[in-house]
Amino acid sequence: MTTQEETATPLPPRSEPPSDMDTFIKGLWRDNPVFVQVLGMCPVLAVTNTVINSVVMGLATTFVLLMSSIFVSLFRKVIPKQVRIASFILIIATFVTMADYVIQAVSLEVHQSLGAFISLIVVNCLILGRAEAFSSKNTVGKSMLDAVGMGVGFTFSLLCLGVVREVLGNGTFAGISVFGPSFEPWVVMILPGGAFFVLGAWLLLFNWMRERKKQQEEVFA
Amino acid sequence: MKTESLFYIFLNASLINNFVLAAFLGICPFIGVSKKLETASRMGMAVTFVMLVSSVCAYGVHLALVAINAPYLQLISYIVIIASAVQLVEMFIKKFSPALFQALGIFLPLITTNCAILGLALFQTAKQYDFVQSLVYALGAGVGFALAIILMAGLREELELSEMSDVVKGTAIVLMIAGILSISFMGFAGLGG
Repeated sequence: MTTQEETATPLPPRSEPPSDMDTFIKGLWRDNPVFVQVLGMCPVLAVTNTVINSVVMGLATTFVLLMSSIFVSLFRKVIPKQVRIASFILIIATFVTMADYVIQAVSLEVHQSLGAFISLIVVNCLILGRAEAFSSKNTVGKSMLDAVGMGVGFTFSLLCLGVVREVLGNGTFAGISVFGPSFEPWVVMILPGGAFFVLGAWLLLFNWMRERKKQQEEVFA
Repeated sequence: MKTESLFYIFLNASLINNFVLAAFLGICPFIGVSKKLETASRMGMAVTFVMLVSSVCAYGVHLALVAINAPYLQLISYIVIIASAVQLVEMFIKKFSPALFQALGIFLPLITTNCAILGLALFQTAKQYDFVQSLVYALGAGVGFALAIILMAGLREELELSEMSDVVKGTAIVLMIAGILSISFMGFAGLGG
């Protein structure tokens, strides 16, 4: 009897009409694009050496995600099934080009430090993944919610890495000194290797938390 | 830029600035397809091949875009030619080597969204390489990708046999190993000056 109840209660998020709130929230935590789905890793590792870069990258990706999911959702009945991936990529590439030029106009410095990775948002599997899995099947409103949720979740994970790497690797937070002049920076954090280590450590932490929660649930059940 | 020797370009793309471990391009297949040595080496071959083809195409398209003065079309046209190059390669392999086609399976179409390919096209344009230089650069990048993914697959096959707690298993430990690999690849930084 209890087993039936247990299988019934966690179902609502996955069953037919998930609430708007749930569509939004799931990108933040339960289906976090970076930590849970492990999507879009290239920018996550490459541009998170400072907090500013992480934020700009997160915002740019969110913008592209939002705009492309609106358009994919609008055209979902018009686009033939056979050419849908190509059409999605065209839509995405258009908005990435826009984001690229806007960032260049606003801050040349940030544009240079992000380098090719703004253009590479096109091949971020997260965006194509959402277009294929969500926007091409849902209404515009729902797709927007989903895109914003995923985008914020993505930005959050970039920040998780960016903060650790800048504070430890440079002794600064968004350019402001944290530990004072006597701090010896951990150079490895800024280097490519550090990116892998920090992301690995975050994944370990989340794995551990999930494992512990599961064990607690087993104890209570 | 123009004076770089071809050998240096190759060395730079494959070891010093390894696409996967130093420039973070193509991380998704690097983590996703590196479970078995066999599939990893096939993936490496396929990527190298697509890189060569798309490098040639990107060079041509870049010339055309400069001629019509439309740099803002760069990204869109690159992604379209890469997608078509992958499609072409897929048809080609299917026709001439069905065994290889079977072995590569789902990985072939996935190469389209491999950022290493688009990254390569963008970098060679940014560095203003001429035709031969671009080709060598693409070959170097492909070899570097294959090297990284094969090393990783070898390590992961060993990892399967070792004992560790459940928490560590999965992506986390793979990333840690990648970190160590990346640091050891930094040893190549002194090569070529």
